[in-house]
Amino acid sequence: MGGFSAQDLTAIFVMQGFAGLSFFSVLLLMALGLAIIYGQMRVINMAHGEFMVIGAYASYLLSGALRHLPAGTDIAVLLAIPVAFLAAFVAGYLIEWLLIRHLYHRPLDTLLATWGLALIMQQGFRSAFGAREVSVPVPDWLRGSYRPTMIIDIPLNGLAIMLLTVLVTAAVWWFLYRSRWGLRVRCTTANREMSGAVGINTKRVDRMTFAIGCGIAGIAGAAFTTISSTGPTSGSLYIVDTFLVVVFGGAGSLIGTIASAFSIAQAQSVMEFFMGGSMAKVLTLLTVIVILLLRPEGLVASKVRR
Amino acid sequence: MLEVRDLRVSYGQSEVIHGIDFSTAADETLAIMGRNGMGKTTLFKSLIGILPASSGSIVLDGRELNELPSHERVAAGLAYVPQGRMIFPSLTVMENIESGLETVKTKKVPDEIFELFPVLRDMRGRKGGNLSGGQQQQLAIARALVSEPKVLLLDEPTEGIQPSIIKDIAHTLNEIRRLKKISIVVSEQVLSFTMSIADRLVVIEKGKFIHEEEGKSANQEKIASYLSV
Repeated sequence: MGGFSAQDLTAIFVMQGFAGLSFFSVLLLMALGLAIIYGQMRVINMAHGEFMVIGAYASYLLSGALRHLPAGTDIAVLLAIPVAFLAAFVAGYLIEWLLIRHLYHRPLDTLLATWGLALIMQQGFRSAFGAREVSVPVPDWLRGSYRPTMIIDIPLNGLAIMLLTVLVTAAVWWFLYRSRWGLRVRCTTANREMSGAVGINTKRVDRMTFAIGCGIAGIAGAAFTTISSTGPTSGSLYIVDTFLVVVFGGAGSLIGTIASAFSIAQAQSVMEFFMGGSMAKVLTLLTVIVILLLRPEGLVASKVRR
Repeated sequence: MLEVRDLRVSYGQSEVIHGIDFSTAADETLAIMGRNGMGKTTLFKSLIGILPASSGSIVLDGRELNELPSHERVAAGLAYVPQGRMIFPSLTVMENIESGLETVKTKKVPDEIFELFPVLRDMRGRKGGNLSGGQQQQLAIARALVSEPKVLLLDEPTEGIQPSIIKDIAHTLNEIRRLKKISIVVSEQVLSFTMSIADRLVVIEKGKFIHEEEGKSANQEKIASYLSV
């Protein structure tokens, strides 16, 4: 790689790698919600990005409301996480009830309906908040950066998002594999009719799963506000990458989703530095397509006979 | 206990269950015998609510179940072991059993389940899908039993299972009936298995009950003639 010394390259890889980790964090938070929704209901939620934006705007409103309090920004950043979750959760709950539940068993219709929903929501954001991007003030302790050497520079907000992602992923794991709700979700994912016949109220499970998936996207939105500003269409930029992660990871596998979010985000971020954004995207897509041809069920498929 | 009156089930325009009536008492096993394609599975699916009945009534302890979704029928006291077992393959044995605890207060699997099915205790950490057919059948029965049903529906429990295990299953079903005083409705094609568990036998043909006998005194040759092709 011409023109770069070994030391430069190390620094580039560390910093781009770290930028990739922030991207990975947002992508993973988005993909977790999408993966459990798709895994259970086979609903491809094209409006998932808009639920992230709901979370982002919720943090924006919250920080506006707390602006005049002493230490308002600090409180707002922390409080934004549950508030964003709750806002997106409630929105998801209502939308499942109004729209999605009528469209189960019709995957193509849900695709179209949720895409329409995404457009409606984008216009809603534009009417409510204006087309201009808004940003949330970041408290001082999240600004700055960590400098292990002279040329390596790691932003603190990225570190904070990483930590948040680890916590949320652990919570999702616990919810899916250790709680009664998770058992219901996994039963319904495996066999909907049989789940009903053992006494599980599958419609209630669907609504809850959809709402929780959207709530996690809301958390992604709250995290997103600390690294970037939010506009009405911010969500749509992430939706394609998020789908890529879900399909590549193998729907219904937590480990697969994590591994695929990580590899896609890292590959993008490191390659971007050397060849620019679109070329990096082309290469990532090609690699994913080749791997999916070889392993159609995704990176991690459960080892069990069916 | 369970009373079914004039039950009719259709796939689209074509009716396949043509007005079936039967009732079961507590501590009684009713066997529904019939060849393939005569409507046994359709009947069971409509009893548990996977298929909607086009008309008729299903009353359990005075409560009308027709029109209710499956999970409410389970809460009312029905339990279902489907043809082909249909356990959850990617869940562990323990999780499979726990999934049946949805409609009862306790969230802990009672010990008596493992006394009835000792093999499940040894396998509790394994994925359900990696069990043999006979073990899966026992798991499916265990999952149905933990919901403390009043009526247990079993659709062809011996299908694809080796003869020695079939005997075990017959023994377990008799044990369950004796312990729990529940009524068991089972569909079957294997006459020897049916004779060892049933108090009453009915023959279903083309969606109708055409013959009924008491279990002990049943004319086996006659029933066998209905089952042969």
